[in-house]
Formats: sequence, C-alpha cells, structure tokens
Amino acid sequence: MAEPWVLELWEGYALPGVIIVAQILAITAPLLFFVAYLTYAERKVIAAMHLRKGPNVVGPFGLLQPIADAVKLLFKETIVPAGASPVIFLMAPMLTFILALIGWAVIPFGAGLVLADINVGILYLFAISSLGVYGVIMAGWASNSKYPFLGALRSAAQMVSYEVSMGFVIITVLLCVGSLNLSDIVLAQQGDYGMFGWFWLPLLPMFIVFFISTLAETNRTPFDLPEGESELVAGFFLEYSSFPFALFFLGEYANMILMSAMTTILFLGGWLPIVDIAPFNWIPGPIWFAGKIAVVLFVFLWVRATFPRYRYDQLMRLGWKVFLPLSLFWVVATAGFLIAFDLVPNT
Amino acid sequence: MIVQGLVFYLFAAITVASAVMVISARNPVHSVLFLILAFCNAAGLFVLMGAEFLAMILVVVYVGAVAVLFLFVVMMLDVDLVEMRQGFLQYLPIGGLIGLILLVELIMVFGAWITSPEAGAVASVPILPPDQVSNVEALGRVLYTKYIYLFQASGLILLVAMVGAIVLTLRRREGVHRQSISAQVSLKREDAIEIKKVPSRSGV
Repeated sequence: MAEPWVLELWEGYALPGVIIVAQILAITAPLLFFVAYLTYAERKVIAAMHLRKGPNVVGPFGLLQPIADAVKLLFKETIVPAGASPVIFLMAPMLTFILALIGWAVIPFGAGLVLADINVGILYLFAISSLGVYGVIMAGWASNSKYPFLGALRSAAQMVSYEVSMGFVIITVLLCVGSLNLSDIVLAQQGDYGMFGWFWLPLLPMFIVFFISTLAETNRTPFDLPEGESELVAGFFLEYSSFPFALFFLGEYANMILMSAMTTILFLGGWLPIVDIAPFNWIPGPIWFAGKIAVVLFVFLWVRATFPRYRYDQLMRLGWKVFLPLSLFWVVATAGFLIAFDLVPNT
Repeated sequence: MIVQGLVFYLFAAITVASAVMVISARNPVHSVLFLILAFCNAAGLFVLMGAEFLAMILVVVYVGAVAVLFLFVVMMLDVDLVEMRQGFLQYLPIGGLIGLILLVELIMVFGAWITSPEAGAVASVPILPPDQVSNVEALGRVLYTKYIYLFQASGLILLVAMVGAIVLTLRRREGVHRQSISAQVSLKREDAIEIKKVPSRSGV
C-alpha cells in the first residue's frame, strides 16, 4: 500500500501533468502536420492561379514535397556568421516558433474542447501575437548585417502600428460579447440566424480591418516588407540557414494558422455550423472550425497571388491614418449603439 | 500548494536575477532583453496571485509596446564601451550624490508613512470570490465608479504628453513630395490626358 503523500502527489500533480502533456501533444502534432501541408497548399494554390502545376514530382501529386523540404533543411549545416552574437542569433528562431505554438493553448476547438479555458483568453492571444515582433528584432540585430537589420526595423514599426487597430477591433467584439473568454465569444454568436448571426455581418468593417491587420501582423503579402526580396535580399532571416531557418519558416506559417483561428473565433462563429439544422449540425465542431480556418487561409494565399507589395509610407499611412481612426470610431459607435438600444450584454 | 510555492520562487528568482542583469550587462541590447525577461516573469507572478488581467496587460503594454520601442532605440545606439569607461571615475561622485539624495528622500517618504483611516475600512469590505466576478469586472467596477476622476485625469496627462511629443518632433520639410491618395483616386480621364487630332505632315 502506498503512502498517502505519494498518492496525493500522484493524483494531485503527476497524473494531471501527464494528461496535460498528452493534450499538448494532441494539439501540436496535428498542428505541425497542417503547417507542413499549408506550405504545400500555398504552392499549389498560387501555381493554379498562375496556370502552373506547382510541386508534382515527389510522391503522388507532389504530396511528399513538404517532407522532402524538411529533410533537406535538417541535413544542411547550421552556419552562425562570425560577426553575429550567437546566443541571441539562435534564440530568435526558437522564440518565433515557441510563440507560434503556445497561442494554441487557449483556442477552443469545439464546445468545451480547450486546453486552458482561461477568463482572459483573447488578451492572452493578443499578448502572444504582440510578442512575435521580438523574434524578428532579435534576428535582425544579432545577425550584425545591414539588410537583416533594416528588415527588423521595418518589421518592428509595422507590427506595432497594426497591433493598435487590432486591439480596437478586439474591443469592439468584446463590447458585443461581454466576456474575454474565447468560448463565450463563440457562444455569443450562436443564434437563430446561423451564419448571419456571426459577428462578421454586424461588424463587417471591423472584420475587414482585422483581416488586413492580420496580414500585416504575420508579414504576409502585400505587407511583406520586412523580407522584401527586391530591396532587402531576404530581410531579417537573410543570415539563417538550415534548421534555424526552418524554425522561422514553420513559425511564420503556424502564426498564419493561429491568426486565422483568431479571425474564425472572433468573426466567423468558431466551431458553430453555418445553420443549426439537420445535415449541418451532425458534423462535429472541430471539423467546422478547421474548415473555417482553411477558408481564411485560402484568402491569405489568394491575396498573395493577387496583390503587389505596398510601399513603406503607404503601409504606415494605412495603419495610422486609415485603420486607427476607423476602428476608434467604430468602438465608440458600437458602444453608443449598444447603450442606445439597451443591448449591452451581462447587465 | 508545494508546486505553487516552487513556481513562485522560480518566477521570483528569475525576476530578481534578470533585474540585476539589466543594470550589470555590458551590452545595452542585452540589458533590454533582460528587462523583457523580468517583465514576463512579473506577469507570471501576477498569474500566480490570480490577477490574470493585470498579467496580460503587463505583457501587452510593457513587453509588446514599450520594450519594443526601447529595443528600437537602443539597437541603433553606437555604444563604445571603452569610451564609456573613461568618464566613469569623473562622473562617480555626482552619480553617487544623486543616488544618496534619492535614498534619503525614499527613507523620508517611508518614515512619514501614515495609514489612512479609510484604508482599514476599504480592506475589510469583503471581496467577491473569484468564481463569481472576473478580474476585468472587478477592476472595471472600481475604476469607472470610485476612481473615475483619477482615471480620466491620468488619461488626460497621457494625452498631453502625446501632444507634446508630437509638437516637439513635428516639422514641415521643404521639397518633400507628398502623395495625396484622394486626389489620385478622384483623377478623371479628362484631367489626365488630352486627345488631339494631328493633321498629316504638320505635327502637333
């Protein structure tokens, strides 16, 4: 018979620890799989829009291409430039990758299907996304080289600018929900009108502002100035090779999926079916959630194949002179509307 | 509770250690990075105390915005360590004097500390249990009722500081081509091009 304190230690700490680790693996393993195939999807989608074939050699339909890419990067030599400061140089890609993964702790995949159901979930996500800039700045500074440094400076200014309007968009949604919990945000969109009750319709301008800000936040086209090839060679990760480069790459794509998940939760009803009637509500929530993320990601890729890159002053103008006043106005307007028509939640 | 205690000491130790590193690191960029580490661990301490909203705000505001600007400035400084060392002994007396004055002032402030008679009454008001009222709600209730004037005043002070910073840095430079997007968009075909019938063998 075991001692009581051993039993307490097991039931109180060890067993929950094991369960949490298993849950973390159940989230990250599929996530990394999707990240790998997002790169494949990106190449295929853009190829189709360019009337090309895209990767089609490795495996059937080129399906093994992401694996071949990963293996190639793994077997290359990791080069740390002689003038770089090595600790920060290697910490930057790790930070980017870790930040892209820990955001998933609070994402609800279905009703009650969430690792950490914390009260300030949306703030947590916002904090994680605002930390993403450090990976870029550290990489640019530690490389001790002019193009990465310029790329890092651009990126820092860009991410800080677009975060402000993202914050206001989140506040607008929170005004309509009355809670910072991500599951509550999804449940507040549940109603009799199916997909027309989700926040994308009543808050349509904010939905557009948020989507464009996520493009800027993840350094995607048309806001990919930090890595603008034509003027900065490759931007902040110019000096990276092999696995540190792969970590940046994976981090960027995992961040794209995370931002799409955030868009889905805030505006597209999370795991809710498009209409709550028979054939649609048989499909489980996580599949709806993944499907909506896939739609948002497709738009990300579509934008990349369609738009040219913004000029830097136009980017700043859009962030500070267009989005910031618009989102600030919309916060005030939404608050006024909710008070005037007595629609404030939780009162 | 043992684990909570251990986690507390872990966060606290890292916070103190990185705070020491902020002032002792040779490289200013390393200093700022240690400062960020200290902020993150302080956020961890807030979470342990159940103040999750404050923890997240600390990360969003200080780590996500303020420290980015710090890093931005510090990265572009051209710091020569040898040159910095040269003036060290010269500035030591005045620096030490300022430190001493600050210390004396702090001692005076803390020595004259009197607990307000209201404080006991405020502290004895039962706080609603955390499962009934969330962090955000609890903060909002005092911030927008009892402390509304102080809250607004701090907002005004920040606004004035912001306006001041903009006024200080605003300058109109000559010879800069500015883009007027509305003028470009509202341009009509008739304004931009002119169609002329050119008779043969005579030119325009």
